[in-house]
Amino acid sequence: MLMIALVALPFAGALIVQLCKRGGATAAFAIAAATALAALGVLAMAWPGIEDGTVFKWRHDWLASISLNLTLRLDGLAFTFAVLIAGIGLLVVIYARYYLPRVASTVRFFTLLLLFMGAMLGVVLSGNLLLMLVFWEMTSIVSFLLIGFWSYRSDARKGARMALTVTGAGGLALLAGVLLLGRICGSLELADVLAQGGMVQRHPLYPLMLVLVLIGAFTKSAQFPFFFWLPHAMSAPTPVSAYLHSATMVKAGVFLLARLYPVLDGTPWWFYIVSLCGLVTLLGGAAMALLQRDLKGLLAYSTISHLGLITLLFGLDTELSTVAALFHIINHAVFKASLFMAAGIIDHETGTRDLTKLRGLWRYMPHTGALAIVASLSMAGVPLLNGFLSKEMFFGETLAQDLFGYFNWIVPAAATLAGALSVAYSLRFIYGVFFDGKPDDLPNYPPHEPPRLMKVPVEILVVICLVVGLVPNITVGALLQITAYATLGKAPPEYSLSPWHGFNVPLMMSLISLVAGTLLFYFRREAFHRHHATLALLNARDRFEDLMQALGWAARTLTAALENGSLQRYIALLVAVMVLLPGWYLLGAGTMPLPDAMRALSGPLPQAPLDPITGAGLAIMALGAIVVVACRRQRVAALSMLSMCGLLMALLFARFSAPDLALTQVSVEVVTILLLVLALYFLPGDGDKARQPSRPARWLRDGVLALAGGAFVSAAAFAVMTRPYDSIGDYFVRNSVSGGGGHNIVNVILVDFRGFDTFGEICVLLVAGLGVQAMLKGLRLTAPAFDPNGAPWAGQSHPLLLSILARLMLPLTVLVAVFILLRGHNLPGGGFVAALVTSIALLMQYVASGVLWTESRIGVNYRVMAGAGIVVAGLTGLGSWFFGYPFLTTSFGHFHIPLIGEIELATAMIFDVGVYMTVVGTTLLIVSHLGVRDKRILASTHEQAHASAQTKGGR
Amino acid sequence: MEAAFTLTIGVLTACGLFLLLRARTFTVVLGLTLLSYAVTLFLLSMGRLVTGRPPVIVEGAQYADPVPQALVLTAIVISFAMTAFAIVLSLRSLGLSGTDHVDGVERP
Repeated sequence: MLMIALVALPFAGALIVQLCKRGGATAAFAIAAATALAALGVLAMAWPGIEDGTVFKWRHDWLASISLNLTLRLDGLAFTFAVLIAGIGLLVVIYARYYLPRVASTVRFFTLLLLFMGAMLGVVLSGNLLLMLVFWEMTSIVSFLLIGFWSYRSDARKGARMALTVTGAGGLALLAGVLLLGRICGSLELADVLAQGGMVQRHPLYPLMLVLVLIGAFTKSAQFPFFFWLPHAMSAPTPVSAYLHSATMVKAGVFLLARLYPVLDGTPWWFYIVSLCGLVTLLGGAAMALLQRDLKGLLAYSTISHLGLITLLFGLDTELSTVAALFHIINHAVFKASLFMAAGIIDHETGTRDLTKLRGLWRYMPHTGALAIVASLSMAGVPLLNGFLSKEMFFGETLAQDLFGYFNWIVPAAATLAGALSVAYSLRFIYGVFFDGKPDDLPNYPPHEPPRLMKVPVEILVVICLVVGLVPNITVGALLQITAYATLGKAPPEYSLSPWHGFNVPLMMSLISLVAGTLLFYFRREAFHRHHATLALLNARDRFEDLMQALGWAARTLTAALENGSLQRYIALLVAVMVLLPGWYLLGAGTMPLPDAMRALSGPLPQAPLDPITGAGLAIMALGAIVVVACRRQRVAALSMLSMCGLLMALLFARFSAPDLALTQVSVEVVTILLLVLALYFLPGDGDKARQPSRPARWLRDGVLALAGGAFVSAAAFAVMTRPYDSIGDYFVRNSVSGGGGHNIVNVILVDFRGFDTFGEICVLLVAGLGVQAMLKGLRLTAPAFDPNGAPWAGQSHPLLLSILARLMLPLTVLVAVFILLRGHNLPGGGFVAALVTSIALLMQYVASGVLWTESRIGVNYRVMAGAGIVVAGLTGLGSWFFGYPFLTTSFGHFHIPLIGEIELATAMIFDVGVYMTVVGTTLLIVSHLGVRDKRILASTHEQAHASAQTKGGR
Repeated sequence: MEAAFTLTIGVLTACGLFLLLRARTFTVVLGLTLLSYAVTLFLLSMGRLVTGRPPVIVEGAQYADPVPQALVLTAIVISFAMTAFAIVLSLRSLGLSGTDHVDGVERP
């Protein structure tokens, strides 16, 4: 329960801050401070249990199928980190209260800070690795928002983007690593994973998993080679740096190393990767820190260097080195947070962080100066301060390790060198900022001490530095002991926390580094500023931006290469992909001669014998398609061949037991061809000499693609058709009469079982119709004066015989349509077919007698009709709700109607009427609009006289 | 029978694809129509080729699979709507650009 409160508190606090927005910055501050304080209180309540070695656990199954459970686990390690997160969080909140202006955006700042605190607490308390990863990603995202808090500044945006890219990429690697670890251990619960130390290291996947997890940890903790984002994250407001880059965000990486230490450590892979990366980071960071010109840049590189020190300690092969690493984590968090805050005060009061401008501030702000000096000395590892203690342990461990055989001496030598460099940059901070002449180049002059309370957090931290440095056993002894116990999974070896161990080698190393660092600073002071100029070449942010630009360029080039504006090329690419990807598996069959290929593809079902009539029909159809291709330039001929194919389709449907389809196909074919003929009137012919035929290369490409596509579809169809299958069709066959009240199973499926699909389909149809209408609106097309052969159009636009016959046929056709509609539920027919038949009858009037004549007599708005059809169908469906049934449930019964006899009626038939109305409306909407277009243009051309005469004659 | 049927589907597909890849809008619409024929036949063949057993219930009979037929019926109507949309789109494109090239400009 305590743990849930601990993780939930900051999130709840963030919510309350947002809810109390009206209270402004002060209310936000109060809530944030109270939240951090409450978290500390919860931790204090947990302390007695933790001290006894209890591990608090809480678990709630969440997404058990992917092993993502809400598991919380509070042991010594998690406790120490939680104390750092909540404690330094509280101090940073107090500090930010005075650092940030009291404006609305400050409310956002406190919200984000609390969210970050919650995410960090989640990372350290998670008892499930996936859950930890969720919080881990959350810290990346919230840190992006915090680093880019001053989003109007370009450097803040770029720095934030880089931090997010690097840590986000690391998070992905970590996800892969964690999943691998879960696979190795068979569980993602931390307790199960930790129990399997020793087994994991022998698993063949261990090296890969280790590298992935380390990438995650190293990106977060800014280790070589992923350190470059941290200095640019310094464009964040200083409270953010003090929090994220001392105690929390960058410590998440080393926390992970500590957390998974029992299952990762103990192999050469671990020792060499971790210790070498740590060593390089330690030295490189220290050297870079010396050359910085920006005060916060110096602190950032020093943070990198100290994180390298911690990583190196984890990588060394002694158990005590882990204790030293944990101890340094605590100490570094304390002194670095106070240094960042001091740097922020200096920036706040002088208006600059430039080390070449800052000098001689001791005279103006002695109190801040004293605090900063103590913290810097702790960073340098001067005796009687906390930094000294962990550094001594570090020196001791570099001597005790035995990793590099002959070259073992390199580690202590490098450690001493890094110590000297850290002394030098600490001195540079102290001497450069507070002494070294008078400040004469400050934006704010004269500088003065900040508000009293702004210094309180720094004071508290500096006092901790001092007290821990003087009496470590009393202050952190117990905490370190339980942390080490929780990290190692067993009692740590004996060690002694004391400022004085007598004259030994580590003390000598400390002294050497102190003297060497002082000398280095004294003699090379002037050189640092000069080196800064050459460093600009190594500016990681610019290189990163260059990389991003290059990526963008590559993406644009690739896109332009694929997408050159030619639709033909797009379709060619689509077809190629469609054929290649699934067709890959059929390639074997594709290289054989045809009979062999068919045998290879063929399944167990025997083929039916081919009767001559069907064979002839299929052959004519295939030939027709080829003729369409061959004479596509003679458009009318191509169109008639196309319609022949369509009619043969209808015959094929009839042949293969699909009477409904045959009916539908015949009527659709008529409407389609009519429509295409209408369009053909406007489209230019191919007789024009200016039109160039395609180049042979294009022909070849298209021919190959088309043949490959045809072969692929053939092969797939053949392979399926010769294999048996289980159909869901039996269900519909069995339930058609009893459940749907109809004997025509296809129709019952359409209007009942799958009525909702049909409902969607008629909506699509209407949308297409409306789209057609919208596209024709305002369209002006010039009708050609001559037909494609150069002859004038025939003057008689509406032949007498046709118009009389069409009028005679109309009532008969509509009667047939109604018959088809009514019988559709039990015999082939139904709404679709009936609607198409009706449409044809009406369209015949348009063709035979002209648009104006027909429309003046029909007087129906087709758009309204189509919409009404959808309403009818929808209401039928809704009607079943009133009887307590789901949408579109059918009821049916038998009725006796005089003169007609016994008939069966189902509510599905009303639905079918809706379908009928929509299809008629849409079809006529499309075709008649094209016709109206025709009419207007006729009226505006030389044909006007004919047209008006015809219209009058018709009336 | 099955072999002949699939060959026909293949020819229709090949012709449709070839026309689809041409430059003139009307030809593309022709190709689209041929392709939709091929797809319709393909869908029908998923229920296997059955002779003389329409899915209309009478006493003690065997039936062809009604599910692909229901699918095909809607496919026919939708492909009509699609053809209509495509042809009107090509008319609109002609009206706006003055050419019936699919890209809206004459290309070599």
